[in-house]
Order: sequence, then C-alpha cells, then structure tokens
Amino acid sequence: MVSYKPTEEVDFVVIGSGAAGGIMAKELSVAGFRVVVLEQGGPGCYGHEQDYNKDELAGMYPAPADVLMSDLKLQPNTYRKQAGEKAGPGSSRYGCVLGGGTVTYGASSWRHLPYEFNEATQVGTIAGTGMADWPISYDESEPYYTKAEWELGVSGLRVDSPFFAPMSKPYPVKPLPEKASGALLKIAAAKLGLTVVPNVAAILSEPYQGRAACVSCGMCSGFGCQVKARSSTAVTMIPIAEGTGRCEIRVHSYVREIAVGANGRVTGAIYFDGTKREVFQKAKAVVLSANGLETPRLLLLSKSAHFPDGLANSSGVVGKYLMSGNFSNAQGLFEHPLNEYKGIVSGAAIMDYVPTDPKRGFYGGGRMTGRGQEEPIQYGLQGPHLAPKWGAEYKKALREQANRKLTIASFITQLPLETNCVDLDPDVKDAWGLPAMRLTSTSHPDDVKCMEFFRQKSLDILEAAGATTVWADPVSDARGGAHSRGTCRMGNDPRKSVVDKHHRAHDVPNLFIVDGSSFVTGGRNHPTMTIEALAFRAADHLIKAAKAGNV
Amino acid sequence: MREQSRRSFLIASALGVSAGWVASNWPAIFEARVLAARAATGEPVELSFFSKEQAVEIDAVASQIIPTDETPGAHEARCVTFIDRALTTFLRENQPVYTEGLEKLGAKTKEMFPGAERFSALTPQQQVQVLTAMEHTRFFAEVRRDTIMGMFAPPSHGGNCDEAGWKLIGFEDTLKFNPPFGYYDARSD
Repeated sequence: MVSYKPTEEVDFVVIGSGAAGGIMAKELSVAGFRVVVLEQGGPGCYGHEQDYNKDELAGMYPAPADVLMSDLKLQPNTYRKQAGEKAGPGSSRYGCVLGGGTVTYGASSWRHLPYEFNEATQVGTIAGTGMADWPISYDESEPYYTKAEWELGVSGLRVDSPFFAPMSKPYPVKPLPEKASGALLKIAAAKLGLTVVPNVAAILSEPYQGRAACVSCGMCSGFGCQVKARSSTAVTMIPIAEGTGRCEIRVHSYVREIAVGANGRVTGAIYFDGTKREVFQKAKAVVLSANGLETPRLLLLSKSAHFPDGLANSSGVVGKYLMSGNFSNAQGLFEHPLNEYKGIVSGAAIMDYVPTDPKRGFYGGGRMTGRGQEEPIQYGLQGPHLAPKWGAEYKKALREQANRKLTIASFITQLPLETNCVDLDPDVKDAWGLPAMRLTSTSHPDDVKCMEFFRQKSLDILEAAGATTVWADPVSDARGGAHSRGTCRMGNDPRKSVVDKHHRAHDVPNLFIVDGSSFVTGGRNHPTMTIEALAFRAADHLIKAAKAGNV
Repeated sequence: MREQSRRSFLIASALGVSAGWVASNWPAIFEARVLAARAATGEPVELSFFSKEQAVEIDAVASQIIPTDETPGAHEARCVTFIDRALTTFLRENQPVYTEGLEKLGAKTKEMFPGAERFSALTPQQQVQVLTAMEHTRFFAEVRRDTIMGMFAPPSHGGNCDEAGWKLIGFEDTLKFNPPFGYYDARSD
C-alpha cells in the first residue's frame, strides 16, 4: 500500500470511509488523484472477512479488535428535547470501522422517489419547518443511483408502480429469498389491497463481481459478513481504491480539526493516531464524509479566525435541521414458526403509504418492513410478550413464543426543523478530550401523527395476516442514530445552506461535504442508497472541477 | 487452542498490551475450547471466582430464574460456570455486586425463614419467595441477566451446555440456511 508523509501535500484527505467516504476515495484515486483516507475506527476484518465474529456474546462485549460500532464510553453523546434544557446521556451510535456503517447495516437500499427531491413544491411548505426542495432533481440523480447499484451490488426487483422510483436499468441481481415475514405481509396485503415488494438490499442474492451470494446465516445486522455478500464499501470500493496505488487508508485516525490557512482555504486535517499522537496531514482539498452527526460536529470543532462559529458555518446552519428518522414498531405472534432469525433482516416491504396523502391531514409517509430477527440472548433478555421475567412461566413462554413473532417496522419521514440540531456539549468530553456531540430533537406534530398512523396500520396488517396477539410500542421522538442526516443541508442560497448542489462548501472552495448531512429533506428514512448515489455524483463533479484546476 | 491464541496475540499486538491481558478481559478467548470439551464430557470445570459454597448458591438462584422442568434449565446448562468465568473476565467490575449480593441473599433467607442454613437449602417454593422479595435489587437483575446470557451464549463461554438454551428456543447453530426458513414462506406461492 502507498504511504504518504503527513508533510507531503496530497490531493485529497477523505475523512470517513463509510457509504460516502469509501466511494469518494475510490472515485478520486481511480481518477488519478493522491488520496489519504482517515477512518476513526479500526480495520475490522478487512481482507480476512471470514474471521468476522458471529458470537452474540462477543458482539455485546467486544474485544477492541472486534469493535464495529462507536462506544458510548469513548464517543459519548448527550440528548435533550429542546434548547434551554440540560442534556442527559444519549444513546446514539454509528458504524466505527473501515467501511463505516455499511459493514454492519441491514443494507436496505431504497432509492428516493422523484417527489422526495421537491416536496416543498409537491406538498407545499409547512409553517415553522425548514421544508424545502433539493437543488437537484431525481432525473439528475438517476444515473448515479444506477451506478451505485451496479458498482456496489444490490439485490432487488424493479417494480412498475407509483410507489417505486423509476429505474433506467434493473437491479444487477435478483431479490433475496422470501422470508416468512414477507409471506405473512402478502397474506395481509391480499385482504387489504396493499402492495408488497421484495426488499431492495445491498446483499448479494447470487455471485457478483467475484463475491459470493448470501448464505442466509441470519447474524447480519450488527455483525460483519464472513462471505462478503453484503456490499459494504469495505469489500467493494476500498480494495479498488487501495489497488490504484494512490490511496492510503489510515485506520484508528480520529480527526479533531480541519485546518484553515490564512486565505480561508483548508490545508488538511489534524487527527489523533492510534496512540493518541497528533498528526497533521496536508492536503490540497478535504472531503468530509464522517456521517450526519460527526460531520457537523467536526465543523463546529474547527473554529479559526476566519470561521469563529465553526468551519463553513457563515450561514449558522451547520448542525441544524437534524433528521434522525422516525419509526414505528408493531408486533404480532403467530401459530407457527417464522424463524426470522434466518436470512437477511427484512425480506419485504409494504409500499402503499410511502407518499404523503393530503386526505390523511398531515405531511409524511413511510415504508413498512416485515422482520423479526432476534438473536438468542436478545430474545431471552427481552423476554416473551406478557410473560413474567423469570421462573417457570417465563421459561414456558420462551419456548412457546420462540420464532413466532413478526415485527412491522415502519421507516417514516421526519420534518426538517431548525431547532432539531447537533452541537457541542458544554460539559461532556470524549475519550480524546474533545467536546461530545449534543443532540436536540423534538417531533413536529405532523411527525407524531404520521407515526401514530403507521402504528395503527401495522396493527391492522398484523391482524389481517392472522396474528393471534398484536401489540405496538408507543411512538417516540427520534434520538439520533446511524440514519441521522440533514445537518449540512445542500442549497443554492449560501445564507440558508452549507453546501452547493455539487457538495462544495459555500464558504470554502476546497472543502467538500458528502454524506447524509447534505440531505435537504429526509426521505422515508432509508438513507444509504441516496448517500451512495450522492457520493458518486459529487465525485463526478469534483473530478471534473479538480482536473480543470477549479478546486 | 491454537487459533484462539493467535487471535489473542493479534488483538494484543494491535493494542500494545500482552496477550494474557486480552485473554483475561474479553470472552471467547483461550479457555473457550477447554470449557466446551469439559462440558461435553461432564468433567467439572475449576471455579475462578466463586468459592464452591458461593457457586452452589448462585446455581440455586439461576435454577429459579430458568428452572428445570421437562427440559434442562440453568443448572443443566451450567450457567454458574458461565457467570464464574464472566466475573473474572468481561464482567469483572461486577464482582462486588455478587459478593455483597450473596451476603444479602443469606440474610434475606434467614430473615424470612429463621433457622434456614442457606438459600440453596430452602424448598423451591421458599426460594421463589425470597427471590420475589429481592426482585428489584441490582443483585437479582445482574444474576437474571447473566443467567440468561449463560443459557443462550455459545457453549464456548461455559454455559448453554449441550446447547440446552438453544434447544429450548429452537435455535439452530449453523451459519448457512436455505429457504424456506419458516412455516409461512414454505406455503407461499
């Protein structure tokens, strides 16, 4: 692997190696640029994926080499409902390994629908919210969705339906096998007149590009993939980037500041290496792809004479309009075993409530997924429904309810509100002595109505599917997590947005911010495929600009 | 053994600490196969934290959390072996909860059943009464959690002997499945 000296000015430093960073590193290095990738997590089992741990207990208490997610002791965050309150301990975590969240995610890979790019026009602005159209359209993004699906490897079925984004090309591989959850959704859908489609997942249903098909091991979300069937950037983009001989990957590199020169341009990144030694890597330009929470935090940490309120933050919008995504969860028990612990997390989705329907009286929609994956310890600790927590009856119910549960998890819109934000906690510090991130988030009344709508629809669907018992969790405010986005929104107006339509910071000509933070509206809460399409698109424009000497 | 040692060594080199330190702080390292082998033959495993007397008491508590009926419970699954090992590795910081909790268990037993020697000597009904009275203590919460983890974690961690926990809930220990996975997809068109 190529190795650059920190004092050597490379073309690009890319901060983060996940859905966006991995793609940026690959595209830029293949185009001939010299790239250093700084990843705060470790290597995981990069290059020896067969060693990924499939031990539920070791996943709960990971040895340092097995860590795949951020650790709340090392990377703490705080949460409060609104400004003025003192924030308490937060629970937000994200992928923290080479490849980022794509190493452990459930891999749902839905495109945004055309109207998810201009909802302000389609459904109207909503007073008190930051609802706005994106400065780019679906048509403009479509080729990059296709590119992402084919370069990464996505399984799915192209469906001609108003609930499905139009595609110029089918998915490269067929959908993954149906699960019992999907079969039950179909039973309900037939009675209720709903549309069920197979999940679109970045997990291979058949061999593709030299990688194996999924073996349905079931230890999927939260675990690394031993057969490389999950199309993480760590098994797709990063090996290509390294193979160019121009891209150096540095793991255990925790960036604390993006440095700014006297002319207001960025000059590189300052980070702590694995031994907490400070390193300054010089670069002609910086690509920031640290995720929807860490990206704004790093900008706010990067204060300078030029940018006293944080880098690229003359608008004051950095960290605002946080959308972590809303959910509703409903469960039902069935007479016969589903065995949802086998196979991918979710095999099918109900699409009919994706669009906003003015007749419902509120903004928003969502995608309903059937699932029920539960590992043995998790099942035991959670305990069976309506049963004692220990003793003879607990054990009896454990046996009776095992593998009989269907969960309908709905992935729901969240309105962009200026008051929902990530900033720096005044008191709590991370393990490197830097201010922890503080999340402030309260649901808009339309968001609450929308979650309640899905909660009720889910119960109806479970009953129509033949559940013997149904129940649903109460709806709640989003509190961060791996789907967080919107915090460096894209726009044409530098006073109201952080990056332009090509992901260049309005304030800094050689800083590019590419990840979920660029989202203007959140979509239906499955952000990864759109993050990946945006990254391919951003790279395309960046390469042209850099080759023209315009960076 | 060899694979496990190599793994500890790799983790240790990455961290700049000794392999022994890694082995004593995280699960699934070094002893795992020894434990599994002994569990399979029925040979007793040496205790690393509990005294024999303490192990008998914890085994009795665990056996009320997941009792033995027509199928094996926490006792047959050797959850106490799992807990003993956990308390000298990844749950080391919880040692005082157990040490103090065992004393409180003894005291509660004597308070509720004067003349009783120890918790494990009570009848099952009496044991349930004592534990119900202690249900909201941190000690009980930890023993419950650790018993359940011991029941359902891979047998290499010392519990779930003969996959008793996995058999209870119909969990198949393999990393390759073929569809149909369940009853309903098998009948789907």
